[in-house]
Amino acid sequence: MLSSLRTGVQGVLRAASRSIQTSSALQHDSLFVHRDTPQDNPDIPFEFSEANKKRIDALLGIYPEGHKRGAMIPLLDLAQRQSGGWLPISAMHKVAEILNLPRMRVYEVATFYTMFIRRPIGKYHIQVCTTTPCWLRGSDAILKALTEGTQCHVGGNSPCGKFSISEVECLGACVNAPMVQVNDDYYEDLTVDDAKEIVEKLKKDEKPKPGPRSGRFASEPLGGLTSLTEEPTGPGYGLQDGLKS
Amino acid sequence: MAGVLARVIQRTKPQLGIIGPLVSVGNGNVAVVRFQSADAAPKGKQCGAPISDCDRIFTNLYGRHDWRLKAAMARGDWYMTKEILLKGNDWIVNELKVSGLRGRGGAGFPTGMKWSFMQKPSDGRPKYLVVNADEGEPGTCKDREIMRHDPHKLVEGCLIAGRAIGAIAAYIYIRGEFYNEASNLQVAIAEAYQAGLIGKNACGSGYDFDVYVHRGAGAYICGEETALIESIEGKQGKPRLKPPFPADIGLFGCPTTVNNVETISVSPTICRRGGAWFASFGRLRNHGTKLYNISGHVNTPCTVEEEMSIPLKELIERHAGGVIGGWDNLLAIIPGGSSTPLIPKSVCETVLMDFDALVAAQSAFGTAAIIVMDKSTDIVKAIARLIMFYKHESCGQCTPCREGVSWMNKIIYRMIDGNASPKEIDMLWEISKQIEGHTICALGDGAAWPIQGLIRHFRPELERRMAAYACACGPSKAERLY
Repeated sequence: MLSSLRTGVQGVLRAASRSIQTSSALQHDSLFVHRDTPQDNPDIPFEFSEANKKRIDALLGIYPEGHKRGAMIPLLDLAQRQSGGWLPISAMHKVAEILNLPRMRVYEVATFYTMFIRRPIGKYHIQVCTTTPCWLRGSDAILKALTEGTQCHVGGNSPCGKFSISEVECLGACVNAPMVQVNDDYYEDLTVDDAKEIVEKLKKDEKPKPGPRSGRFASEPLGGLTSLTEEPTGPGYGLQDGLKS
Repeated sequence: MAGVLARVIQRTKPQLGIIGPLVSVGNGNVAVVRFQSADAAPKGKQCGAPISDCDRIFTNLYGRHDWRLKAAMARGDWYMTKEILLKGNDWIVNELKVSGLRGRGGAGFPTGMKWSFMQKPSDGRPKYLVVNADEGEPGTCKDREIMRHDPHKLVEGCLIAGRAIGAIAAYIYIRGEFYNEASNLQVAIAEAYQAGLIGKNACGSGYDFDVYVHRGAGAYICGEETALIESIEGKQGKPRLKPPFPADIGLFGCPTTVNNVETISVSPTICRRGGAWFASFGRLRNHGTKLYNISGHVNTPCTVEEEMSIPLKELIERHAGGVIGGWDNLLAIIPGGSSTPLIPKSVCETVLMDFDALVAAQSAFGTAAIIVMDKSTDIVKAIARLIMFYKHESCGQCTPCREGVSWMNKIIYRMIDGNASPKEIDMLWEISKQIEGHTICALGDGAAWPIQGLIRHFRPELERRMAAYACACGPSKAERLY
């Protein structure tokens, strides 16, 4: 609303030295507000499964008495996994009930963290890192291949409902750039062909091989080690005098 | 998060206001401790050199061996841990002080001194150790390798650090995206519990210590220590004002020390082989070995453990196979993760990779995440993408960061095409200076420094683009307005 007003004012007064400055409407990837939809409204019941109830007890156990609220993020994560990769509002209400907190406290957390997705998404959530280290190694081409392969635009779901693609910030695998994350797994050292192959496999519900695609095992230099070529030393190697009895 | 404490160490700006006096007090302490650690260390090293494999701490960095307990013990982990614990907290803290270890999370605060802050007499509150495994700084991926391939070093480090500060438990805050890494770590912790290495009467030393894993949910800002504490408490990850520092009021209102994964993971080896051994690497005040991540335009990007103070050029040529297209094809390097200002090729020729040398080169060591950019790079776009990152990750608590980074983002994206006025370069510089040092945490600084680095070294490039745009499309709108 304000931005359209701003455009209008600019159109009328082109010579105005400064336009009205507004904060951007989309600080986050998605809107903060909740709108009731048929898939996501407070009337849909949500209950944790029996297996998850045991996990909840274990999770609550690691926080001291009086600070059980610490389990908020792990509980929301459990709820999201149980609901198929996204977090319905009734699950947030359930977490608030378990932690004995006002619902607002849960909404605050669920809107702050980017891993909580508050809209229905596809079975495979493809997160493409496009921050500078990946961008330098060609993440734009990977993103293009993925969006074309899945018929899915960034921030949306594919027509088949199976895929969702997000452009995300650094995922912490920069020496294996470019990389994408599909649900919990990292796919690294990608080429455009690898990206296409991953999409094709996922379409058939097969699991593509996670990890680096360039032939290396982890983050060692490709084509021969430059360090750690010797066998590791055993216990007590180079023990200092202070510990020798 | 890189540079979290860097501001405390490197800068005594009057505009820090209320914490200004404390900052200078802190600086005094740093100098004192540096002097002490320098006494115990051999002097005279001018620069680092490649080290031999037997001096590398992370022997399973590349995951070529098994990471589980039995294999880790065969590589020397958990060896004489009981004896180290029984030596007592003063002994451990002293070893760390002698070693000259500086925090590996980016700020480079001396670890021994940080731990000694916790040795006040107890007032009845428990103490906590928090391990910062929320690795999200673009370019940085060292902690991931530790957690998935050498998790027992981290678990043992938690126990030793916990003993040194008198903590009852450690919380390892691992970023939510690292699901498989968290799972490896959890298995390692379970193995250690079963073997009686942690838990009640850890290692038979009579000391009770628990280690918990807490997974985050995707917020770079939670790498800031007070934001991380807020996040473990189940709140939004918004940094707290300091003071009170976490050493007084931290996790759950109790005294807390927050350390990076790498800092904690090297501490058992330092205790075993001695602080003097660790201090024999690197230049004065920059001791030890360090994990370097080399990413971007190099032939073989990799993570490698090398000595501190190694020349940047040697590091890249030896381990990363050189810059794509040869060293002469180099344009610029971001030496310590996205928060640090870039350095042009002329500086890269000779600069050493340590805290002091990079500060002298008007950059920072950060997390030693080297991002190499060759001459094919659109340098303005590369920095603009980083600013986009900071805009996305700003928590929105302080106005200079929330609004200022958005403005910087808007301006610098226009500058990619040259659709801007040369006067705006100074304006952008001014905005970055208005953000830097005026926010609760150092994310604002981290967002301002890449811009400052770009303007410092690539101003002619920016002006060239603006001239080219004006030639092709007429004067930009900004030019007409200002």
